[in-house]
Amino acid sequence: MSADTTATGLQCRQLVKSYSGVTVLKSVDFDVPAASVVGLIGENGAGKSTLSSLITGVNRPDSGSMTLDGQPYAPGSPSDALDAGVVLIHQEIRLLPGLTVAENIFLGQLPTRAGRLDRARMNAEARELLESLGVDLDPRRKVQGLSMAKQQEIEIAKALSKKPRYVIFDEPSASLGEAETAQVLERIRALRERGTGVVYISHRLDEVLEVSDEIVCLRDGSRVAAWQAGEVRREALVNAMVGREFTYEHVAPSPSRDDVVLEVRGLGRTGVFADIDLTVAAGEVLGIAGLVGAGRTEVVRAIAGADRADAGEVLVEGRRLKGNGPAEAIAHGVVMVPEDRKGQGLHLDRSSAENLALPWEKRLARHGVITRRRLRHLSMQQRERLDIRGDMSKPVRSLSGGNQQKVLIGKWLLKDPKVLIIDEPTRGVDVGAKMAIYEVIRSLAEQGMAVIVVSSELEEVLGLAHRVMVMAGGRQQGVLTREEATPERVIELAVPAGQAGSR
Amino acid sequence: MSAIESQESPGMSAPTEQARTGSATPGGDGDDRRSAGGVLATAFRAIPGPLLGLVAVMVVLSFMSPYFLTQQNLTNILSQNSDIGIMAVGAALVILIGGIDLSVGSTLALSLMTSAWLYREHSVPFAWALVAALVVGLLVGLVNGVLSTYGKIQPFVATLATMSAAAGLALYITNGNPITGFPDWYLAITSNDFLGLPIQAWIMIAVFVVAAFWLNFRPSGRALYAVGGNAEVARLSGLNVTRMKIGVYMIAGALAAVAGMIVGSRLDSAQPTAGTADLLNVIAVVVIGGASLSGGSGSMLNTFIGLLIIGVLNNGMSLLNVSPNLQPVVIGAAIIVAVLTDRGARARISQH
Repeated sequence: MSADTTATGLQCRQLVKSYSGVTVLKSVDFDVPAASVVGLIGENGAGKSTLSSLITGVNRPDSGSMTLDGQPYAPGSPSDALDAGVVLIHQEIRLLPGLTVAENIFLGQLPTRAGRLDRARMNAEARELLESLGVDLDPRRKVQGLSMAKQQEIEIAKALSKKPRYVIFDEPSASLGEAETAQVLERIRALRERGTGVVYISHRLDEVLEVSDEIVCLRDGSRVAAWQAGEVRREALVNAMVGREFTYEHVAPSPSRDDVVLEVRGLGRTGVFADIDLTVAAGEVLGIAGLVGAGRTEVVRAIAGADRADAGEVLVEGRRLKGNGPAEAIAHGVVMVPEDRKGQGLHLDRSSAENLALPWEKRLARHGVITRRRLRHLSMQQRERLDIRGDMSKPVRSLSGGNQQKVLIGKWLLKDPKVLIIDEPTRGVDVGAKMAIYEVIRSLAEQGMAVIVVSSELEEVLGLAHRVMVMAGGRQQGVLTREEATPERVIELAVPAGQAGSR
Repeated sequence: MSAIESQESPGMSAPTEQARTGSATPGGDGDDRRSAGGVLATAFRAIPGPLLGLVAVMVVLSFMSPYFLTQQNLTNILSQNSDIGIMAVGAALVILIGGIDLSVGSTLALSLMTSAWLYREHSVPFAWALVAALVVGLLVGLVNGVLSTYGKIQPFVATLATMSAAAGLALYITNGNPITGFPDWYLAITSNDFLGLPIQAWIMIAVFVVAAFWLNFRPSGRALYAVGGNAEVARLSGLNVTRMKIGVYMIAGALAAVAGMIVGSRLDSAQPTAGTADLLNVIAVVVIGGASLSGGSGSMLNTFIGLLIIGVLNNGMSLLNVSPNLQPVVIGAAIIVAVLTDRGARARISQH
């Protein structure tokens, strides 16, 4: 495992990857020398995960090439990558809670003797591995009940049991506190000592600065900057992550603040988010910005009744919601377009017309009966209103992503709501439909609806919102007016700055 | 019932496709919808697959047995299967919402024994005894529903448990002995005709029609497709998924009780083991009717056709003196053919 002459590193040349017509990685060069740590930074959707998925064989590049220690490298699957000595450590922990620590570490490569599991050897090897990582853990105990931090260490031990030459850490610290994070960084340094090449992906820029030999920044699928460690400051990283021309148009000026439609006081959900206070006036668009995992979606789900809140209250036009689920929120005029269109928004196998009518069938029925003619009439209205292109009587699945999203939005506009929450309004949608959806959101606000837009695309939030609430770590970090909300300011609040932001 | 027919979903045109490729239309015509063959194929596509299967089985049997295509025999098929058909409506609803109910047969036995016992041993007026049977069915359904929603027990396991418990209780009531001797008007359900059909057949048809209307035109019935298709989408759309699921299990229990009334009337006797052998037939009817056990698909028309397929196959085999031991083998084969052709059609449709 020591660095030798053949270990010339992992080299990626002009990698291109697109998903359903959208190019998410545009001819990216990326090098990981042996025995070094490369930090990889960028906003949500900048292409970091796509790049790591190409390197680890989860996806194949559309074009471009990779070499590994001088040999051509084109993994067709994660196990190909593993055989070549490249391993990914996931952000999420994927251990089997019912198995022991040692079993989890060696899953898929359990040592056997005479056809039976060699438990003694497995436990001894696991103990050795854990000790080499400085982890104090009995390999014979079950994973169930261990802290996230300990589980993360097991994930690392599992990855290292395969003796990789290159390791990619995808936000390993996302769920860890500081002490645990410091330990992870210690492991990374230890790996480097042993000649392993490490890619460290994180939103926590201080950590990246601390551990990396080199830092690469992606933006909109392109490599925009790279620095040697020690010669760059945090501000430069932030600017590189954001630094793009913002092309959004100005929206209508803020409405009068006297008729508040939605008021949220001290809303919290144990272990997820806490102390959320916000108001949205009629005609106002409130943006919620933050990194993935900041708690944005969880907050709006609680407002819309999809999840139960443990603390605080939600008032619509002064009336308090009891927290009895989506039906109650809908009855009070609070509707939510969820981020997961397929899993939470639409029945893909049912027709657009049926999807549109689903929440409202009781109100739409005449003499207790819904007829096909009634459905057709309604769907034609929404089709015209939102410019949906496609056959409304065919399964939603047959429409393009943009038109599916319009059906989903139309579903929630059918009985004009008072508060419209849109989580990721343009995910998986092409540019044309994107503009159309922005136009819809603006005109709804102009008509007096209170709108909340949650988005990982900063440009989208800043372009649509009158005010922007920034979240990090389940807390609101501040509410910025349109004038205050520069990209730099929002990122500053959204990226936990070491001790200051993470607690 | 044309509205019911058009409700249905992708899977139904399996044999249609085969009919098209096997027909005299020149090869390659299938893609051109404007040609005569294409129009014919499109028209065929609208016919549910199970119906074509039924027609095929009937044509074959009518050649093989002179007794098959007589009015008396066809009427018999309807009335002999009316109890299975009524239970199949409940089972189709449960399967539609992505559940399964293994307890229907035992519920039939328990509710039947309860009403007979109340009537014979406690002199409860028979009409009230029948109401009690319905209540028993509703209660078993309530337990099934609560266990599988609030209790978070998989429906298969929850209804397996109630199946066992209900079957045991049915035996316990009379220590395993049958009860006989019912009022004449009760026996008339299975012995008298109305407009040429036995009353039991009318009851079954009424149950099918009401269920079909509910599923197609009433908001609460239509919502079952949403619950079965994706319960989370349904919940976020403001539907009370838990309450709907419990309600459907209760309907299934009540229909099992109704089926029990028919069985008791037919035999003029309440047998504690009645209905327990019906479970597999009931589920087979729903599956042959094209419903998917993963929920979200199925219709009453197709379930009815599934019932007729099973009924006709069993009847035809009896007429042809096929050994009773071989008959379940043929039913098994029918299930496999139905599911395979259905899946083939789904795959082809998603390619288009």
